[in-house]
Amino acid sequence: MFDQSVAELGRLLRARQISACELAQLFLDRIGRCRELNAFLDVRPDVTLAQARRADQRLAAGEGGPLTGVPVAHKDIFVTRDFASTAGSRMLEGYMSPFDATVVQRLAEAGMVTLGKLNCDEFAMGSSNENSAYGSVLNPWDRSAVPGGSSGGSAAAVAARLVPAATATDTGGSIREPAAFSGVTGIKPTYGRASRWGMIAFASSLDQAGIMTRSAEDAALVFNAMLGFDPKDSTSVEREPEDYTRDLEIDLRGLRIGIPKEFFGAGLEPDVEKAVREALDVYARLGARLKEISLPNARLGIPVYYVIAPAECSSNLSRFDGVRYGHRAKRYADLTDMMKKTRAEGFGAEPKRRILIGTYVLSHGYYDAYYLKAQKVRRLIADEFRRAFAECDVIAGPVTTSVAFDFGQRAADPVAMYLSDLYTIPGSLAGIPGMSIPCGFGARNRPVGLQLMANYFEEARLLGVAHRYQQATDWHLRVPPGFE
Amino acid sequence: MSLSLDDIGRIAHLARIDITAAEAERIREQLNGILRLIEQMQAVETAGVEPMSHPLGGSQRLREDVVTEPDDRDANMRNAPAQENGLFLVPRVIE
Repeated sequence: MFDQSVAELGRLLRARQISACELAQLFLDRIGRCRELNAFLDVRPDVTLAQARRADQRLAAGEGGPLTGVPVAHKDIFVTRDFASTAGSRMLEGYMSPFDATVVQRLAEAGMVTLGKLNCDEFAMGSSNENSAYGSVLNPWDRSAVPGGSSGGSAAAVAARLVPAATATDTGGSIREPAAFSGVTGIKPTYGRASRWGMIAFASSLDQAGIMTRSAEDAALVFNAMLGFDPKDSTSVEREPEDYTRDLEIDLRGLRIGIPKEFFGAGLEPDVEKAVREALDVYARLGARLKEISLPNARLGIPVYYVIAPAECSSNLSRFDGVRYGHRAKRYADLTDMMKKTRAEGFGAEPKRRILIGTYVLSHGYYDAYYLKAQKVRRLIADEFRRAFAECDVIAGPVTTSVAFDFGQRAADPVAMYLSDLYTIPGSLAGIPGMSIPCGFGARNRPVGLQLMANYFEEARLLGVAHRYQQATDWHLRVPPGFE
Repeated sequence: MSLSLDDIGRIAHLARIDITAAEAERIREQLNGILRLIEQMQAVETAGVEPMSHPLGGSQRLREDVVTEPDDRDANMRNAPAQENGLFLVPRVIE
């Protein structure tokens, strides 16, 4: 049952071959048996089973949809009324939101049953999931490897079959990188497609919610319920609802796949390159036309990102002052001292680093040289993608330079860690949809991901292109040893 | 551009984060490494390029000026670290 897809679980539930309560209990038991992965931060069986009972009532009344009764779990960056929301930070330990994030609410309305909250890097800052105040998540494929970050809990939980679908968020690659490291399917939509209301904000012009599943078909089903205009989010895009499954049977003959030559340069490890090239060969056999393209400014993505993201994070995280919610220091002299001690105790090393960088680049005399400059280079990167999509339908390449690295390997050097997102950041800056699908295994039998990117609002095509690959291969069906 | 320990102290004060002398030294080294990374973008010619603050060039949407949310004081106060009579408590700021 744990290996069934979202689509198949939905069919079994509607056919009453299993009840939502039975299914939820099976997954809750499995989560209990796999605690050592540290993927879940909050599990409340009474809440889950109450949701499952409501799903069963809907199914009994014949009102169930494709997702009714199907379990889901949420990255702890989404606020939830019935589960604690910590953003992986000590600052928000035990925080209970008065409302559900829009994404959470929409999936609940579709009848999905919440199994709990998933571990993540603190305030979604990280590429390894070593920055959570509640400890690292282990990679189910190899427990000495990181699962990737910041949505490491989401990726590990889906890989280990603790849940068939998990929400995640991507600011600079936090869906695609952990999906690649953990061997699952992860997609971020066009910026503005998923509501940011109720997502604990990190970098507002980049943060976007997405989903981790085991297949593109499952991701399309969840997107149908999850995405769409939200008047509560001022960055939400007003567009008609879409059926994201409509292109799953897309004909790949003649599809133009752009291969950025800059994504295959120095630094890309041979085992990753081999798996990605073999995946591209599969597309060629299926009739797609591979075409080399150039994204010369993509290399500037990391410096631009590490101005814009910290600048926005220093602003967003200024709300954590110990007054209205969250941690407050026990001893202090006055109001300013209270804030300084509260923030020193509540934030971990990575949020502090980014707040300090952001404060500096926004400070008097440096705004033009850093923030404004970064926004201009960001436009050059986005324009480059627009030009590329005039000559190709999708862009494909590696997600990461290497397979998942070992715990501690990059933790002491922030710059080395930041380079983990070399291939994912450019797409985030442009705001285009992107995904990672499993395409093989590299060193020490650790998973490799293939990155696929599409033009603005072309998620359905992107999912179709991924689905066709998954029909022709079985990498996405592989199960980590010990989790069969 | 290389940050001094004084710079780190000033930035930490602006950010309202208390840091110890030992932390300041470590943070200075890390921030200077990150700034060296950031400096790479300075070589790019951007004259006449419009800054991009939103990927889709969005503008702030306006809505009717009507109340949409219910008064939910109890739920909103539930997480306050210190409160009294439905008000947030902070250290005295006016003598």
